[in-house]
Amino acid sequence: MNERTILDLNETRNVIIEIIDQVRGDRTQLLAVLRECQSRWRHLSPQVITLIAEEMDLSRVHVEGVATFYHFLSRTHRGNYTVYVNTSATAEMAGSHAIVKAFEREVGISFGETTSDRQIGLRTTSCIGMCDQEPAILINDVVFTRMTDAKVTKIVAGMKANRPVRDLVESLGDGKNALEEIHAEVSNHIRVRGPVFFTDFEPGTALKAAMNHGALEVIDEVKQSGLRGRGGAGFDTGQKWGFCRAAESETRYVMCNADEGEPGTFKDRVLLTEMPELIFEGMAVAGYAIEAKHGILYLRGEYAYLKDYLENVLTKMRQEHLLGRRILGTRFSFDIQIKVGAGAYICGEESALIESAEGKRGQPRNRPPYPVTSGYLRRPTIVNNVETFGAAAKIILNGAAWFRKMGTPASSGVKVLSVAGDCERPGIYEVEWGMSIRELLAICGAKDVLAVQVGGPSGQCISQNEFDRKLCFSDLSTGGAVTIFGQKRDLLSIVHNYMEFFEDESCGFCVPCRTGNTLLIKALEKIMVGNGTAADIENIKQLGKTIKATSRCGLGQSSPHPLLSTIRNFTEIYQKKVRADVDFLSQFDLKFAVIDSCVAANRKPNLEIDSEVVDGTRPN
Amino acid sequence: MKKKKLVLATTSLAGCFGCHMSLLDIDERILDLVELVTFDKSPIDDIKEFTQMCDIGLIEGGCCNSENVRVLRDFRKHCKILVSVGQCAITGGLPALRNGIPVAELFKEAFLTGPTVDSKSSQIPNDEEIPMLLDRVYPCHEIVKIDGYLPGCPPRADLLWEALNLLIAGKSLDELNFDLVRYD
Repeated sequence: MNERTILDLNETRNVIIEIIDQVRGDRTQLLAVLRECQSRWRHLSPQVITLIAEEMDLSRVHVEGVATFYHFLSRTHRGNYTVYVNTSATAEMAGSHAIVKAFEREVGISFGETTSDRQIGLRTTSCIGMCDQEPAILINDVVFTRMTDAKVTKIVAGMKANRPVRDLVESLGDGKNALEEIHAEVSNHIRVRGPVFFTDFEPGTALKAAMNHGALEVIDEVKQSGLRGRGGAGFDTGQKWGFCRAAESETRYVMCNADEGEPGTFKDRVLLTEMPELIFEGMAVAGYAIEAKHGILYLRGEYAYLKDYLENVLTKMRQEHLLGRRILGTRFSFDIQIKVGAGAYICGEESALIESAEGKRGQPRNRPPYPVTSGYLRRPTIVNNVETFGAAAKIILNGAAWFRKMGTPASSGVKVLSVAGDCERPGIYEVEWGMSIRELLAICGAKDVLAVQVGGPSGQCISQNEFDRKLCFSDLSTGGAVTIFGQKRDLLSIVHNYMEFFEDESCGFCVPCRTGNTLLIKALEKIMVGNGTAADIENIKQLGKTIKATSRCGLGQSSPHPLLSTIRNFTEIYQKKVRADVDFLSQFDLKFAVIDSCVAANRKPNLEIDSEVVDGTRPN
Repeated sequence: MKKKKLVLATTSLAGCFGCHMSLLDIDERILDLVELVTFDKSPIDDIKEFTQMCDIGLIEGGCCNSENVRVLRDFRKHCKILVSVGQCAITGGLPALRNGIPVAELFKEAFLTGPTVDSKSSQIPNDEEIPMLLDRVYPCHEIVKIDGYLPGCPPRADLLWEALNLLIAGKSLDELNFDLVRYD
């Protein structure tokens, strides 16, 4: 090692020590440390990984394991400006493909590459929660929406001229998006305001009401209200809180799941932008109810642009004694910390979220034990969705009876929907449970609808015949995503997009999900190119059933849904695509399969054996 | 009138002949087997090419080269029921470990730079009699329609014996005794 590299090494070490000092060496902050190093050096070199491991007293393989798990962390240089174009179905529908081409043209490299001067890197990423304003992209945590060819040209010129990314933002969005600390092109698009979320809320009132009730009554009230988890799974919130409170421990945690990664969902983004006080107060109410002192908001990496703003809200709440020590002059103390993810859909699964918040790879845990008895740092923990906390705060304020009056008997209250796709008014709709798809399509201005994806890719895709079905837990359950596809859309390519999403986002731990989804995609592609047979459809059904039954967590258990629900509801689309005249069609292409070896051995391919065989079916 | 004997054919493609060894492991039951079936193309009787239509074909090994593909297609053409026998036929098995490595790299390692290559004039074999290597090892069902699967590495003799008996009796392999296809 020469003198120069030793100097560099020492310099790097000092920077890393500084970053680690900022989190006081807390190992649960490993992800934050890695995020910071990634943003500083634009990649995590083997040297940086070693230094982090040494300075945080962790094994190198642990640090490397975490560094390689998340999409926004990388071992190769991603450019001083890293452009992430999202590849979600709604983005593709809005023309993201043209944006990809425009970037490639302007920058002069392909996606997946970085310019040789390391100035600009082009990458794709899964849904970034901007489905109502696609095509949208992220550059160094800054969001750009409604991209056009002209905008790409301008942005690339700005990046080449070394301008700060924030300065490239053009027209600011509505509401709080225009605030200095957010400064984003993002629009809220709140189309229907309901009585729970998008109304006036005076900070402190819910906490006061909770303290008047007493902790046990708070849990009772939430139970009475019939509130069920708004993230999608729909577990009874009051029960969850009750279980957690009943678990023996000195320390408990309240975690807010703001990792909304389900393509088509963006309601938590708007809730956190416009009503953060309500959400945080809901967390404090939960903390009061279960006797927890610590809350964690796990914010998905794609929403990092909201972090400074949310930190300011927390600071203000502390100043007003709504958080921190002796809240509102009582003996109750509770504070909230924000942890930011780094691009991993799986972290929306509660046990994976906990692992990630602990600074590890976001891999789901085996359950039981459930988080309510053994969650964050193996202490009793409740993990609830952003919307659930907001609803809980309002329930404590206005009473369970008020909440129960809305919605249906089994699905009480309202649901915040994120509507996107082919309709005139995509955006946020706060509606009562029990609304039919037909009614929803009417209010959002959707005409000539082919299909509606309810609950995102892991939900169901329904056809016209089922538009009278109702949004509620017992019929069409959803975490908020409603994506509309018009008659002209090619449903199979949308299904393909969704399946690629699951393939990308599988954490790789269990075989059914890791391998099964790849096989499903291959089977679908076979059908899409016209090589499918009825047997291939049967294979998909069989394999899908196996993946659902044997995967370890919710991701795998719902990953075959895009295929299975469209095969069920749009059978004719598949049947039109498959060959009815043969019972087997091979995709094997001898010419393609031997070309590499013939080139390497410098010989001419002999394709004689191909002349005899037309297909691989059995003899009559 | 005596019932016509069924005709059986077997082959080993990109396999190690272990599955065939396992078939020999049925021991003296092989005497019963020859009462039940006639062997056509098979290493067991060394008939090199098909002489007639067969009822049952057993395939060991996946496809790693063009000759494997030719033989497999030939089997499909001549066999009413075609069965993938053993891990290599079903998934590609051990030979498929090379999948994912570019063929050019494999050739270089095997014929030019590998530690066991000592000739200074070493070269990649390119005689046109040599089968062409495929880009990866394919499981049989990706190339032709396969009617049944007998797992194992190798499938145990009792499994092969029972499977053959089921097929000879005209029954489905779904009726196999689960304990015979259980490997834990």
